[in-house]
Amino acid sequence: MIPRKFEYLAPNTLAQALNMLRKYRDAKILSGGMSLIPMMKLRLVSPQYVIDINNIKGLSYIKMVGKTIRIGALTRHADIEHSPLIREKLPMLAEAAEVIADQQVRNLGTFCGSLAHADPAADWPANVLALDADMVIQGAGKRVVKASKFFKGPFETALKPTEILREVSIPIPDGPKVGQAYLKFERKAGDFATVGVASVLVLDKNNKIVRAGIGVTAVAPAPYKAVKAEQVLVGNVPSKELVEEAANAAAEMSDPSSDLRGSAEYKREMTKVFTRRSLKKALERAGVSI
Amino acid sequence: MAVRKRVEEIGKKRPVTVEINGQKYAFEVEPRLLLVHYIREYAGLTGTHIGCDTTNCGACTVLMDFNGKWKAIKSCTMFAVQANGKRIITIEGLAKDGELHPLQKAFWEHHGLQCGYCTPGMILAAAGYLMINPNPTEMEVRHGISGNLCRCTGYQNIVKAILAAAEEIRSSGKPVIE
Repeated sequence: MIPRKFEYLAPNTLAQALNMLRKYRDAKILSGGMSLIPMMKLRLVSPQYVIDINNIKGLSYIKMVGKTIRIGALTRHADIEHSPLIREKLPMLAEAAEVIADQQVRNLGTFCGSLAHADPAADWPANVLALDADMVIQGAGKRVVKASKFFKGPFETALKPTEILREVSIPIPDGPKVGQAYLKFERKAGDFATVGVASVLVLDKNNKIVRAGIGVTAVAPAPYKAVKAEQVLVGNVPSKELVEEAANAAAEMSDPSSDLRGSAEYKREMTKVFTRRSLKKALERAGVSI
Repeated sequence: MAVRKRVEEIGKKRPVTVEINGQKYAFEVEPRLLLVHYIREYAGLTGTHIGCDTTNCGACTVLMDFNGKWKAIKSCTMFAVQANGKRIITIEGLAKDGELHPLQKAFWEHHGLQCGYCTPGMILAAAGYLMINPNPTEMEVRHGISGNLCRCTGYQNIVKAILAAAEEIRSSGKPVIE
């Protein structure tokens, strides 16, 4: 499959890339290319200009700054999968990276690229929603958008055509007891999620939940933060009944469509099941039994 | 939306130099040319196969140098211009001085192929994975090659071959790719 003709641009600085975005309006940013290139080959998109940002130095990093982890625009899925810092501070992201596509795709595909692409069934959005991440956007100026305000619809985000998602800043969950989990239900190895649920729980010494973050992907036009489920949990001591109530609340917020991965009804049921399992795993990792 | 330029004005050919298996190749190609076509049709190295052309099957897998580290990638999902100035290894570059690479030898000895179409990609994906995890379990090998499809073998002998090669490479004390 051959894409339509395009002009290839390879800037060396972020400022040059942003200038090109402003100058050439029918342009697409190429980072890992794992979504853009297949879409260009299928001619679902045919940008006149492709701006390859891979030659820009200093955009690939995972670093701890204060109480946050910062992930740069060119950080690959495989970098996250194998990062000792991520394994220690945000193990959920390493767990999610492992189930994205396959080794070859993870070696090229980028975390920020996937978020900016905003496939409604992608894995990362659920994670940044659960972790309450800040999306650092660079255009003429810099602005920060909360993950919960970033995803607008299928393949649609808060990014303007002249902006780049240059970094994601993730607050490290902190407290007496912390548990994180990402559970993905997939039809076959490396597939997009039928449903994916990311959970972050912080509990105090008396096992009361002080913070809950739940991100859900693939069962609505855009990934969502299961706010109602979080509200059910916060302020309470976890029990089987409480987890069930939260799972029901998360599923109620879903709006799946029927497709090859299952009927809407089935997906709603699986949202409940996987929210329950994801919360249970997070609790188990926090050292709390229910 | 800006007016689209006339087709002949954009996407003109440009020089792209890639080092494949230690040899430099330089051709003028369109930006839309995929790396796999550069390898097969320009460099004439047809050991790298095209299976699905949709990033699923892994038949086009090659190794690419990222700052001194070889990593497996799918060459049907990269433009040749992106590989400009890069080093890659294809199946033709694995054997050294008439001696098969341990992975090639193991695929032969353990019957890790039938029709052979997926084999080059399978071997390079395995090489990429063994550089990440030199001592994998059977399940880890299966996870490592999950981006490669084989429609003949049922994978059993491929997994056996990769496990055997991993052991051979470990005991030789040599790196997966020298």
